[in-house]
Order: sequence, then structure tokens, then C-alpha cells
Amino acid sequence: MNNPPLSVVEIEAKLDELLIWALSSHRPARPLAEALAPFTRAEQEFVLRWTDAIAKTNAEMAFQFTTQAPLALRCMELAGIEQWVVRAMDVYDRMGMYPAYAVFRDVEDFGRRYREQQDGASFEDSAHVLELFVRGLSGRSLKLECADDVYTDTASLFLPATISRFPDRNQNFGLYKAMVAHQWAQTRYGTFRTALGAALANYPDPERALRIFHALETVRLDFRLAQDLAGLHRQMAALRAALGEVLFPPSWESRVTRLLTADATVEDTLSLVAELYDGELPAPLSYQGTLHPERAAAAIAGRIEREKHELRQALLKLLHEHDGSDAATPESIPERFHLERSEPGMLGGEFSISITLDGKPLAPPDEVRSLMDSIFQDLGDIPDEYLTAAGDGKYCRQGDEKKEDGGWKASYEDEGALLYNEWDYRRRHYRKNWCVLRELDVHPVDEPFVARTRRKYAGLIHSLRKGFEALRGEDKLLKRQSDGDNVDFDALVEAWADKHTGRELSERLFTQHHKSERNIAVVFMIDMSGSTKGWINDAERETLVMLCEALEVLGDRYAIYGFSGMTRKRCELYRVKRFDEAYSEEVRRRITGMQPQDYTRMGVVIRHVTRLFECIEARTKLLITLSDGKPDDYDGYRGEYGIEDTRQALLEAKHAGIHPFCVTIDTEARDYLPHMYGHVNYVLLDDVRKLPVKISDIYRRLTL
Amino acid sequence: MHARVLKTEEYRITNEPYYAPQGDEIALFEAAYKNRLPVLLKGPTGCGKTRFMEQMAWRLKRPLITVSCHDDLTASDLVGRYLITGGETVWVDGPMARAVRVGAILYLDEIVEARKDTTVVIHPLADDRRVLPIEKTGELLAAPPEFCLAISYNPGYQSVLKDLKQSTRQRFVALEFNYPKPELEQTIIAREAGVDAATAAKLVKFAGMTRNLKGQGLDEGASTRLLVHAGKLIAAGIAPQAACRGAIAEALTDDSEMLAAVNELSASLF
Repeated sequence: MNNPPLSVVEIEAKLDELLIWALSSHRPARPLAEALAPFTRAEQEFVLRWTDAIAKTNAEMAFQFTTQAPLALRCMELAGIEQWVVRAMDVYDRMGMYPAYAVFRDVEDFGRRYREQQDGASFEDSAHVLELFVRGLSGRSLKLECADDVYTDTASLFLPATISRFPDRNQNFGLYKAMVAHQWAQTRYGTFRTALGAALANYPDPERALRIFHALETVRLDFRLAQDLAGLHRQMAALRAALGEVLFPPSWESRVTRLLTADATVEDTLSLVAELYDGELPAPLSYQGTLHPERAAAAIAGRIEREKHELRQALLKLLHEHDGSDAATPESIPERFHLERSEPGMLGGEFSISITLDGKPLAPPDEVRSLMDSIFQDLGDIPDEYLTAAGDGKYCRQGDEKKEDGGWKASYEDEGALLYNEWDYRRRHYRKNWCVLRELDVHPVDEPFVARTRRKYAGLIHSLRKGFEALRGEDKLLKRQSDGDNVDFDALVEAWADKHTGRELSERLFTQHHKSERNIAVVFMIDMSGSTKGWINDAERETLVMLCEALEVLGDRYAIYGFSGMTRKRCELYRVKRFDEAYSEEVRRRITGMQPQDYTRMGVVIRHVTRLFECIEARTKLLITLSDGKPDDYDGYRGEYGIEDTRQALLEAKHAGIHPFCVTIDTEARDYLPHMYGHVNYVLLDDVRKLPVKISDIYRRLTL
Repeated sequence: MHARVLKTEEYRITNEPYYAPQGDEIALFEAAYKNRLPVLLKGPTGCGKTRFMEQMAWRLKRPLITVSCHDDLTASDLVGRYLITGGETVWVDGPMARAVRVGAILYLDEIVEARKDTTVVIHPLADDRRVLPIEKTGELLAAPPEFCLAISYNPGYQSVLKDLKQSTRQRFVALEFNYPKPELEQTIIAREAGVDAATAAKLVKFAGMTRNLKGQGLDEGASTRLLVHAGKLIAAGIAPQAACRGAIAEALTDDSEMLAAVNELSASLF
């Protein structure tokens, strides 16, 4: 029913009543009523309702509101006006009348920002989808980050916090996507494969040269996108058209044809800069962003060294696996491996590289393939010299110092210390009683961390509880029972048949509903090394709280330990919850009190946990490790040595019937975790903040 | 129109099923068959294991009996049981007994889903005894030379509680399957779906993109089978993007952000 709008007289009467304390003969209600008359009944009543509400607090505020209301109605929808009013009242509460009047006066500004928020796209909302998108496009995992400048340094893509160039949210997201695509194209098609800074420094105005270069490079990249990703290219062209932008100014037309082939490289673009330097300076495109060659160069330099070394290590390892022995040396790599370049098929842009070992084609494992991809992207090829060994091939970190016995005072005879062996992979035997481990208690801390976490994830905990209850209360239908609530017809038929053939009639003719028993014991090992400081430590503790919630429902037996330590003589295991302990307030306070400590010596901890499991009776024993990186300790326990010892400890655990599993956030995990835990026994989460959310899923899948 | 009714042991494959070999798996299987060794097929879903079995059944001209394994599968489901028909008790063979009697190829799909006490039923068939004892009838079926046992499973994301025991897996010759190389996958899709080479190439590229996302939120990338589905839809006149959305994206994931990302990827190609 569409009610007719109120007349001026009616509105005036109402306002006289509501605004009685703010009106006077100099400030009558009539002009306000006239301004409100042209609107719909619903809008008028909306305004009057709010006038009434505000007037209960302050009549003058209500008057200001009513004065501005017609303008507000013209620039915002009702939901926005409501936000505007609430904001003004908020300011009034906190800062008083005059600041609040200002909010009412600046209604147009508020309206504009409100529209931006509604129709604009934000980095927060879009980042995850865009990250997946970029990941899908190709190999190297590029991180997305928020920044004022829009550019890439080949390791991260930097995007603005919000985009509201268009009236429609989808179009704004499209602009985000175009920015991401443009930056991705720069890393993929080699914009930084040359020393840009040096090349452009020779010009009288390097800034100008850089902008011309960027505009030209955009043309070249656009052509490559047209070749490889036709749909994306179309979308970006539509974006340009919607904003009235052109890819290049008409005066450039004849020159840029050089860039419109698949063979054109960044060198061609650079040579064109010289020709077009004195000409027109085109306006930058909306998605172009800027170029920071020096930042890109720094990122690339670091990565190239590291990846060159990693590739050699990986090839050496492949050689050892192939031969089944450690006999091969780095020098033999170039003799046995060859890189073959093949013509691009319908699927590729440039030529592709494959590796042969002893003449036979080799299917490299995923880590090696993504390494090769990354090197290829940076250099445009994999130089043959990558196959030649240099030095002894050990990558030394800055400031690495090998200390055999880190002058620690702890001695073997200390109270409560346990001794464990350590595996030396070079000598292929254990170092007896090499590590000294102590079990310590975590200092409980009185802070509402657990309560806070429970509140933060309240919704998730609720659905977790339901989900896990279903797992636990899994009514299994046990058949062929000698007693039960229903008849098992299959069994009955068989028994009947048996009886007819002269055999005994079986007694087991019933079905019974039975809660299937989960017989699982699990130990959680949490990395408490110094590197987990900050985000990671918070996420680890939140994860523990989520886990405890889930496990309390499930009824599995569990224990939680943190581990850290410094040198072999001071390995520390922090008890948060033992197997036979209940999930009490004390345990909660210990979880709150877990703080980052020192280093990560994993082997000894795993061996200790294996020993702990000996006293536990369970059909299934699980060891789940939450870690942020490789094994690493002060006295040389790192790199190959650390990984091999940890692997040996894991094998020992497996022999004892324990299933180890690793959850990690180390993006380099794929290089070493499959070797330690096995290809299926680990999960890599690229954002530690997802850990609390994902952990119950992981646990459920593991033990279903 | 009604479904054709066949006895399981009569399921022979008369027309050659299309199968493009990835390596020397056909020769391996034939050698195993000649030597009466059972075969284990490992690989992700949708990469050609079942099609391979059909090809081998056609080549070797034996009937193919397939059993999809699940948690509630009992030994009598496989071997057989007594049933009452018309007041008489009659022994009815299960698929396993039938396969042995007729000398067919028995294919147990997703063997890890079955319970361990069911899996051990295949042990006597899977070593060089090649016999199937049936206690209820007191028979011992000795398999003819034409009989062949094949099992399959996906070694990907296994639960700790569901594993293939060593005592089972060490009886088999194992063949590993994977997604075909891009050029081969392109040929397969063009042939199976009836699309042109360019479209097939784009579909393969799209699959590669989804496989890049494995472990980031997708358990598995798009399998070859999904690509063929999408191709068939495209060949039937559906717009490529819609085909990818329905046949691939929605089949891979329910997570809204992952769906958005996968749809963006397909939109970027077509």
C-alpha cells in the first residue's frame, strides 16, 4: 500500500511538536517541512522517526539533522543515513555538541565515503582470491601486500588498500585483478631481466625515461597476455575502454609494432626508449602502477644466489637417489645432467627446458621443477654453468659460526636430565648420549587469552563442537550380534539357509547400535623457538585452544608439549598438558604462558616423545608437530645434519608404531618436509593466521 | 527404453575403448598377466585407471568384473552367500567367486576403503596359490590361468587409519598413474570430448593452473576426467566459461573464495 506523502502542513505540525525546544520565531519549522515535502512517505517517516529519537537526547542536534536531511536523502540510501546519524551521536557522546554538528554539516563528504565503501573493493576482501589467482597462473608463489605505491619487486605484489574508481564493486575488483595481472606479467615475461637502473641512468631525465619505458613495456606485456591468456586480455581491454584509456598514443603506432611479437624482449623495449624519449609522454594506465627497478634488483639478486645453490643441491640429491649411493660428487653433475631446450608447443610461450640424466629424460620432483621455473623467470633461461659445481657447495648463511661445544655450563649429571642419542648422517652412526633434555613446566600466566580466543572464534567453536560430536557419536550399526534391538536380516537368511542344509542355527541374528570407539592417543609438539615471536606465537596458542576444544568433545587422549632449547646440552621440553591431566584452568594458564624461546632441535624431542608413548595403550598413536621452519640449533644443528637427524628420529618413531605428521607455515617446507615426514604426512599453510581455523579440519581428516 | 540386463561375467568389452598410453604400462600389465601376477594401480582420481582396465580387458578378451569397495563391504559380499529362493537354499556367488570361476579380470576399485578384515580375503588369490577358499560350500576354487586380479587406490591424502598394509601391497605388481603430460592430455581431451586442438590446449592449461593450487586449499587439481566433461559441454554448444564453471570449478571445491579464484582463472583463458 503506497501511502501518499505527508503534506507540508502535516510535517510542520509534527516538527513543531518534536523540535519544540529548538524552534523559535526566528527558526520556524516551515522551511524544514517544505524541504521534506517532495520526498516519499517512507522517507519522510524515516526522517521524522530519527528526529524524534535524536530529540530525546538533544533538541538542537535534532534540528541540525532535520535541516540536513533532504541533502542526505539525495546523496545516500537510508542505510547510509542511519550510519551517518549513529556516527554523529557517537561523536556527540564522546566529544560534545560542536564536533557533532560538524558531522551533520559534512553530510556530502560522509555520503561520498559511504558510497565508496559500499561500491568500492578493498584489499582485505580481495586479497585471498587474488593470491589464489596469481598462484594458479604460474609457479612462484607471489605474496600480495598492501601499500601506498602500486608495484612489484618480483617477490611481492603491492596493491592499494581500496579501489573505488568505478561505481560498481565488481568493476573495482576487475581493476585489482588488472593490477595483479600486470605485475605478474612483469615477473613472468622478464621486465626485470636486465639492469634497468643502469640502462636508464644515462638519460638526462631518468624519471622521464622510466615512465616511457614503463608505457612501452606495458604494450609488450599486453601482447604477451593476448597470446597466453586471451580472456584476461579481453577483460583488461574492456577496462581501458571503460575508462577511456588507450594502450599507447597514436604517434607511437609505427614504432611499437616491434614489440608486438612473441620474440620481443625487454631489451627491445629499452632500445625503443631512446627513439621515443623526446616525443609524447603518455598518461599512465589505471592498472599500471609504478616501477621500482632498484627494489626488484635487490630481491632478484638475493634469490638468484640462493636458487642457484638450491638447484645444485637438488641435482646432487637426485644423483644420489638415482645411483643409490653417495658416491657422486658435485663435479660429476655437468657430466651426467643435461638441459634440453625444446620448441614451444601450442601451450607455451617461450621454449621449455627439460632435464636428462645419463641421457634418459628425468621427471624432476615438484620442488626442483618450481626451482627451475623460478630461475627461468628471473634469467630467461637456465645457464649451463648452473650445473657446474663451485666450491664445496655448502651455502653459508651470513654470520654462521660453527661451535662444537657452545660453552654452556650444563653438565650431564644434572637433576632430571635425560640423555638421548643423535644421528650423524655423515658418519652414519649415532652419537651416544649426545643431547641433554629436560622436561620443564610452562609458567602459567593469568590472562584472559583463552577466554578471548574462545570469543574470537565463538562461531567456529560452535560448529566444531557439532561436527566433532557427530564423529564421536558415530553410531555404528554392529551386525551379527547375539543381542540387540533389531533383527539382522542378512544374518537371519544365512542362518535359515544353514539350518536347512543341516548346520547349526547361528545365535548372532541381531543388530546393535554402538558408538564406535575411537582409540587414539595424540601428542602435539609445538615449536617454541625464537623465530615464532609475534604473530606466529599468537597463532600457535590460539590453535592450541581450538584443538583442546575439539579434543575435549572427541574424547581422544592427548598431550601438549612445547619444545625449544639452545645447544645439545640444553634441550628443553615444556609440559603444557600431560596425558593423564584434565583440561583444567591450570592447563589453560599454561597455554597462555607459552612464550617464544630459543632454537629448534627436533630430533631429541621426537625421541623423547617416542619414549613417552611407550607407556600409553592405544590402537593409534599420533605425533603432530606444529612448526614454522627447519630444525635449527646454535651449535651447527642445521641444514642437512639437522634434517637427517630429525628424519632418523621420525623413522624410529614409526618403528615404534607412531604416525608422525607435520603442520608447517614455512613456505620452503616442500624442499625438506617430504624427505623427513613422507610425501603425504605434512600440510603447509601459507598464512599462519589460518592455522587456528584449519587445524580441526586437518585433525579430523587425519583421524577419520 | 530400458537398461540392458547382463550377467556380470558376461560383461565383455567388444569395442576398443580409447586409451592413450602414458608409458609402458600396457606392456607391463601384459607381462604380469602372462605370469599370473596380480596388479596394483596407484594414482589420483580421474587419470585413466579404470579406462586402462577396460583397455586391457578388451586386449586380453576377458570379461571385466568391477567392485567398488567401501567401508561396509564384507567378505561374503565378495565371495558369496546363501539365499532363499522359493523355499530352497541356494548358494549365490559373489563377484569374486564368479570372476574366478569364469576366468575373468577382477578389478577392486579403491581397495583402501574396505575394512582390513575384508581385504585379507584376496590374499590367497593374490599370491602364487591363486585359490579362493569358500568355507560355506566347502569348495576351493583354483583360478584358471586367464583369471587376473587388479586393485586400485589413491595414495594422496590418506587417513592414518586407512592404509594399505604391507602384507597386502607386497603381493602386487604396482603401476603408477598420473595426469598425462600436457601434449598427451591435449590429444586425449580432443579425442574424448570432440573439441578442436586449441580448445583442448586451453583446457589443459586451465588444469595446470588448478594443479598449481593443490595444497593451497584444493585437495586435488582438476583431473583429466573433469576436463573431458568440460570439453563435452563445450562441444555441445555451452560457452567455455560456463562449461568450466559447472564441470570443473564447482566439482573441485565449495569454498567461495577458491571458487572465485578458479573461475577467474578460467575467465582469463577463454
